[in-house]
Amino acid sequence: MAQFAGVGIFLLFALLFGLVAMLMVRILSPKKPTPEKLLTYECGLDTVGPTWVRFRTSYFIYALLFVAFDVESVFLYPWAVEFTSLGLVAFIEMVIFIGLLLLALWYAWKEGVLEWI
Amino acid sequence: METINNLLINIAHGIRGFILSYGATGDAADLLMTVVAAAILLGIIGFVGLYGIYAERKIAGFFQERYGPNRVGPYGLLQSVADGLKLIGKEDLRPAGADPWVFTAAPYVVLTPAVMVWAVLPFSKNIVAVDLNIGILYVVAVSSVTTLGLLMAGWGSNNKYSLLGGMRSVAQMISYEIPLVFSLMGVIMITGSLNLSDIVAAQERVWFIVPQILGFLVFVCAATAELNRVPFDLTEGESELTAGTYTEYSGMRWALFFAAEYANLFAVSAIATTFFLGGWQGPLLPPYLWFFIKTCGMIFFFMWLRWTLPRFRIDQVLNFGWKLLLPLSIANIFITGIGHYLLG
Repeated sequence: MAQFAGVGIFLLFALLFGLVAMLMVRILSPKKPTPEKLLTYECGLDTVGPTWVRFRTSYFIYALLFVAFDVESVFLYPWAVEFTSLGLVAFIEMVIFIGLLLLALWYAWKEGVLEWI
Repeated sequence: METINNLLINIAHGIRGFILSYGATGDAADLLMTVVAAAILLGIIGFVGLYGIYAERKIAGFFQERYGPNRVGPYGLLQSVADGLKLIGKEDLRPAGADPWVFTAAPYVVLTPAVMVWAVLPFSKNIVAVDLNIGILYVVAVSSVTTLGLLMAGWGSNNKYSLLGGMRSVAQMISYEIPLVFSLMGVIMITGSLNLSDIVAAQERVWFIVPQILGFLVFVCAATAELNRVPFDLTEGESELTAGTYTEYSGMRWALFFAAEYANLFAVSAIATTFFLGGWQGPLLPPYLWFFIKTCGMIFFFMWLRWTLPRFRIDQVLNFGWKLLLPLSIANIFITGIGHYLLG
């Protein structure tokens, strides 16, 4: 538990690092905003239309695959730690487990999910 | 020799004794020592940020047969300091169209995991700020938050370039996180520990780059992509997206992103050193020096890569990750397991 208190200290310091830097800027730097200065940057042109539109995310099925494999990695870590002591049977079981996900990857590949459209 | 090797540890013991002499209990002293360590590491991160940029520019100059920064201070050594001072004096701009909260929070969300990863880096024998027993799991978990920060920066800026950069960064970083995590699995299978110090100690006879060469190659590729460095710098892509995610950021906010970038670069190089290059192990020189030499070697390699390879297209990036690196990293797990039963 004491170790995670240490992690908490790092979290605090990391936030302070940025906040102190921004505080210094707030104290030291000039502040003269003009409407032109606050325009959205687009190489000298005025931006046309809203930016926050419905955006075509061509990779949302990638994201589903990512979730599947990410969950798998959570299972793999404890197994990898105990790999030598668990023995051959556990290794074969894990091969079958990874094999099932590889099958899913192959299916997704075949169905053209891994193409950027 | 022993004195030099244990120099930093003895200093730490000295400070701890000093704290204890003021009547602190053992646990409180340990906690205070973590505060001291965090403060020192923040100083080092600031230094790495400044001189990472200096090294990047100097090495770029070297590769392009020009001088690089050479005006401010001897060999231009103070150039980054001057740039840093300039950035503090810059006006803090937030575009009128931007989402105030998301835009402001994004640099912190990127910087915080970059700093937190440093907590578990084993700089030398017994020199770790927080010696977590689940070290590498912590590194992987914490560093994945960066993706969120980049997406926040891209979305919050209300700029089309930023949005494209942010969307690309999510696609790229989630695709390469899996090979990155899997490539480390072989080493964990051999050592049977998630603790970074244990992993270094297990490499006393042979560095893991020898049995785990496939894992190392996959790790380096995936790490380059996670760092958004060339040839995977599509998030920034200055020739197509101006500065991608960072387009609307200027002054200190922008500098926070870059501090995070170089903190991450150092951390990833340190992880590569720890997992594959024997960490602080080495003859003659003190261990912490070995650690820094190897880490700087990895950093140089990443910078070398930048001036050697052209940028990929986004579909090539994703194909490379899903169709090559992911099967390779899984094959590495199989090879490690089979090798263990055939050879050992």
